[in-house]
Amino acid sequence: MTSLPLLTLMMVVPVLGAVVVAALPTGSVRLARPVALGASLVTLVLAVLAWVAFDAGSGRMFQLTETHSWIPQFGVSYALGVDGIALALIVMAAILTPVCILAAWNDEVVDTPGRFKRYFALMLVLEAFMVGVFAATDVFLFYVFFEAMLIPVYFLIGLYGGPQRQYAAVKFLLFSLAGGLVMLVSVIAVYFAGPGGENGFLVEQLVGNVNGSTGALRWMFVGFFIAFAVKAPMWPVHTWLPDAATEARPATAVLLVGVLDKVGTYGMIRFCLQLFPEASQWATPVVLTLAVISVVYGALLAIGQTDMMRLIAFTSISHFGFIVLGIFAMTSVGGAGANLYMINHGFSTAALFLIAGFLVTRHGSKRIPDYGGWQRVTPVLAGTFLVAGLSSLALPGLSTFVSEFLVLQGTFMRYKVAAVIAALGIVLAALYILLMYQRVMTGPKPAFPEDAVPADLSHRERWVVAPIIAAFVVLGFYPKPVLDVLNPAVRTTMEIVGVTDPSPAAEASGSAK
Amino acid sequence: MHSLITAEGVPAAADASGAASAAWLLVALPLLGAAILLLGGRRTNRFGPALATGMSWASFAFGVVVLVQLLGASAEERAHHLTLWSWIPAGSFDLDLGLLVDPLSVAFVMLITFVGSLIHVYSLGYMEHDPDKRRFFAYLNLFVAAMLLLVLSDSYLLLFVGWEGVGLASYLLIGFWNWNPAYATAANKAFIVNRVGDLGLSLAIMTMFISFGGVSYATVNEGVANAGQGTLVAIGLLLLVGACGKSAQFPLQSWLGDAMAGPTPVSALIHAATMVTAGVYLVVRSHVIYDAAPDAALAVALVGAVTLLFGAVVGCAKDDIKKALAASTMSQIGYMMLAAGLGPVGYAFAIFHLLTHGFFKAGMFLGAGSVMHGMNDQVNMRRFGGLSGAMKITWATFGLGYLAIIGLPPFSGFWSKDEIIHSAFTGEGWRPWVLGGAALVGAGITAFYMSRLFFMTFHGEKRWTEDVHPHESPKIMTIPMMVLAVGSAFLGLALGPTHAIEHWLEPVVGEHPEADAVIGTLPLMGITLLLVVGGIYLAWRSYWREDVPEVAPRASVLTRAARVDLYQDAVNEGLFMRPGTHLTRSLVFADARGVDGAAGGMAALVGGFSSRLRRLQTGYARSYALTMLTGVVAVLGALWVIQ
Repeated sequence: MTSLPLLTLMMVVPVLGAVVVAALPTGSVRLARPVALGASLVTLVLAVLAWVAFDAGSGRMFQLTETHSWIPQFGVSYALGVDGIALALIVMAAILTPVCILAAWNDEVVDTPGRFKRYFALMLVLEAFMVGVFAATDVFLFYVFFEAMLIPVYFLIGLYGGPQRQYAAVKFLLFSLAGGLVMLVSVIAVYFAGPGGENGFLVEQLVGNVNGSTGALRWMFVGFFIAFAVKAPMWPVHTWLPDAATEARPATAVLLVGVLDKVGTYGMIRFCLQLFPEASQWATPVVLTLAVISVVYGALLAIGQTDMMRLIAFTSISHFGFIVLGIFAMTSVGGAGANLYMINHGFSTAALFLIAGFLVTRHGSKRIPDYGGWQRVTPVLAGTFLVAGLSSLALPGLSTFVSEFLVLQGTFMRYKVAAVIAALGIVLAALYILLMYQRVMTGPKPAFPEDAVPADLSHRERWVVAPIIAAFVVLGFYPKPVLDVLNPAVRTTMEIVGVTDPSPAAEASGSAK
Repeated sequence: MHSLITAEGVPAAADASGAASAAWLLVALPLLGAAILLLGGRRTNRFGPALATGMSWASFAFGVVVLVQLLGASAEERAHHLTLWSWIPAGSFDLDLGLLVDPLSVAFVMLITFVGSLIHVYSLGYMEHDPDKRRFFAYLNLFVAAMLLLVLSDSYLLLFVGWEGVGLASYLLIGFWNWNPAYATAANKAFIVNRVGDLGLSLAIMTMFISFGGVSYATVNEGVANAGQGTLVAIGLLLLVGACGKSAQFPLQSWLGDAMAGPTPVSALIHAATMVTAGVYLVVRSHVIYDAAPDAALAVALVGAVTLLFGAVVGCAKDDIKKALAASTMSQIGYMMLAAGLGPVGYAFAIFHLLTHGFFKAGMFLGAGSVMHGMNDQVNMRRFGGLSGAMKITWATFGLGYLAIIGLPPFSGFWSKDEIIHSAFTGEGWRPWVLGGAALVGAGITAFYMSRLFFMTFHGEKRWTEDVHPHESPKIMTIPMMVLAVGSAFLGLALGPTHAIEHWLEPVVGEHPEADAVIGTLPLMGITLLLVVGGIYLAWRSYWREDVPEVAPRASVLTRAARVDLYQDAVNEGLFMRPGTHLTRSLVFADARGVDGAAGGMAALVGGFSSRLRRLQTGYARSYALTMLTGVVAVLGALWVIQ
């Protein structure tokens, strides 16, 4: 089974699906949805196979590897492979894509048959790129996927989004391109600072082999970091996200915020930490400061929003702050927490965006003040919305709690002040979630004309929500399968950076004060 | 002297055997009930409430089996440890999910499942006509499960899961009738204030991990001996912050009064008998830490003393029967916290009072619910009066609870509260006088406000509004009240003079030390009773003999302050809410104008350039595709040339 090029197949299948969808004759355009769903489900099966084939205890940096020479003159290879971190993110992407396709089933993009089928085709293309970007173990290949992802997202927002879609799409593109260009300089510099040769861009070749003056390495680190901070997104380069998230269709917003933005935090681990250990430690104080600001700032801004989608986008800025905090705390606990957070945040945000999307479809408004009392109208929708919200505020028992606690605990082991300030986020999260729930769902039952009472969640919508909520609960009480996959990769990262966990105070100092 | 205690001060719990090895069932049964009712939807409407009630009783029955097993074992062998599965293996943080069945947790299991099940039964009557009855019972079951998890967990982190779980159940039930915006706000307030406490608890857990390398009770208790005083005090104070939130202790008390928005059975179960006492449980469970950090323990005692007076004063001024009872709850939990903060002389009595209070306060809340049931859901005691004739069972059961809480012998409250007052007067220096004095004065005020409540409701002139026809509640409601009344009357007698409670808890909190109070036992008891009788007399004079005005008179400055909970909401609003609102508003403005504006400014620069580029943007996808194709061909061509 391991001989199958699973990772490549996970890109080929959605691309083929996209081609088929795009090539459907006008008469049978309705087939676009089942074909797209089928392609994404096949990809999910492949992802499960990859999960099974992956051996957490193997000790190798990457598994399921495929390496082919691509442009040997520049040292560029087509090299794929995953460690636990990448694998978990790919599986998450493979789960969320069919969920999003199902959620987008009735999105009103049907004004022409062509537009309709391209909508689903673009999602599949995006899935292929998402797999590629996490699976690339060649820095240049990663860069190619990193930039290529922008194309489907740009069109998904710019063609299918809300009234301000052009503005949002261009803003998204400009921010990302600017970050990407800075990164390109670093990508090229890394090649010259590394061992070079035909495989000069392979991560495995580069780890521990990027040499240069301290200053040069730090500049390279900064180049990567800026691109990833924009993508993540961190304060103060976050402003593209709320616009993009509110203008995009909910399914697009999920793929964008839930999966694609993880490239930022993933990249910080894979490239910033693993290629530039010294520079990472040098930058830690600044990064931690930005992360803590993101946590608090995102949460405060979320409290002040009146647009549901913008609110959810700001909660994500806060949550990305937590992830970055966990990554740069450089402890095994914080690292495991940050990586688990990436997965959990994907599901949590997906639930919030999609269920809020269901609500918007029913009422036609994203403005929170336009709602009130909807629990009496759509009780199941309200219940699932509350569960999604509770997941966002990291209620113990749900998966997000485990990761948020681990991030804070891991940070607290080394940086107490940062952890304590970030911990304020747990109070602020209760505010932004519960205030939104109160304004949308509670209060007197709204009056609707007899024949226009909004329906509760349909069967399709329940199927969208059910797997996500199941993931919340299962991973809340039994996160071990995921943590077992993540732990070795976190350990490897720490070994590369050259840090170890601080030992417990009472053991270290004995009975001394 | 500490014969049962190992060198670290804690008995090692053996691997669970017998019924205790299936202790997870205690949690699983009500959890299953909640899951069936919530996921089953309308299909379970018909049998849901009965099923939930059955699940709660099943959990109680199994609890009794476990209790019998423990009673049959010798004192040293009453702690059972049960590891269920590896929960969070994350680098150096590695925690199993496990349960601890010991005398302390089993005492709570009994209280939670017995009172909880009675309240399920009562709710069958009380909520009979509510259209969302199924959801109500699902939440009740969820609460019971979370509360049992809280007391049965073997680590602070799993306790935290139960801790926030009961908070969630509390939130859902306070806001059960959330179409009333005030109730929805009350629910939010409870959750958010509790989150402030939970922040403290989280930080306590994090400090434990970096100090002891683990967060299970066993690891923490073992590590205390090697930890610095500063660390221990910090942990103790952070735990206290958590306890203050959950147990509505000063300064995080503001949510409890508003929490009375929930249906009355909820107030009885969650906001009187069980959940709000979780803070006391936390302190007693962490006794090894507090024993080693006397400063933190003193803080606990002081918080308890302040709160018991705060609640008592507020209780004197409330005209809403439920809010008066809520203030009383706060005050009584203040007594428990005070006792817990006294150390080994107080732990057992904190739990003792917690148990007796669970019975008499739950009984009185159910009585209040019964009164509301007969009075068209009115709560204003100024429009009650003379109900003793119309609702004899309610009057009698409530009366027993009333006699218990004011501490008249031989009823339950007398035994537990008198022990706390006595213990508070032990020690040296100023402490016995301040802490004991607060407890003593509190007893007098308690007698006054509870008598006021009892007389205004059941005695004196009838001040009913015209549309009410008070009647006794159905059997399904009065029988649980009667059972609780029996407990209010005799539980203290069973556990107090026999010293059963001290012996039962000895394996957990250590041998109960004999300590002399600064005042002799009998004189102290005499003074207490004198104050109690004085309180009753004052209340009798103003609220039974005299006519109670139907509209509250203007009254003194203190009364007016007490009516608005000693300005707690005004303080919170001025200190946190209004500045917070300003902060978020100005940040939202600044984000749009400042942070995004800077980015937008750059965009404007680029815009000039891009307006020329715009001519290339025809808007036709095919022309884009053509451009891309050209690009791809060019790149491939270049590569071919290089090769």
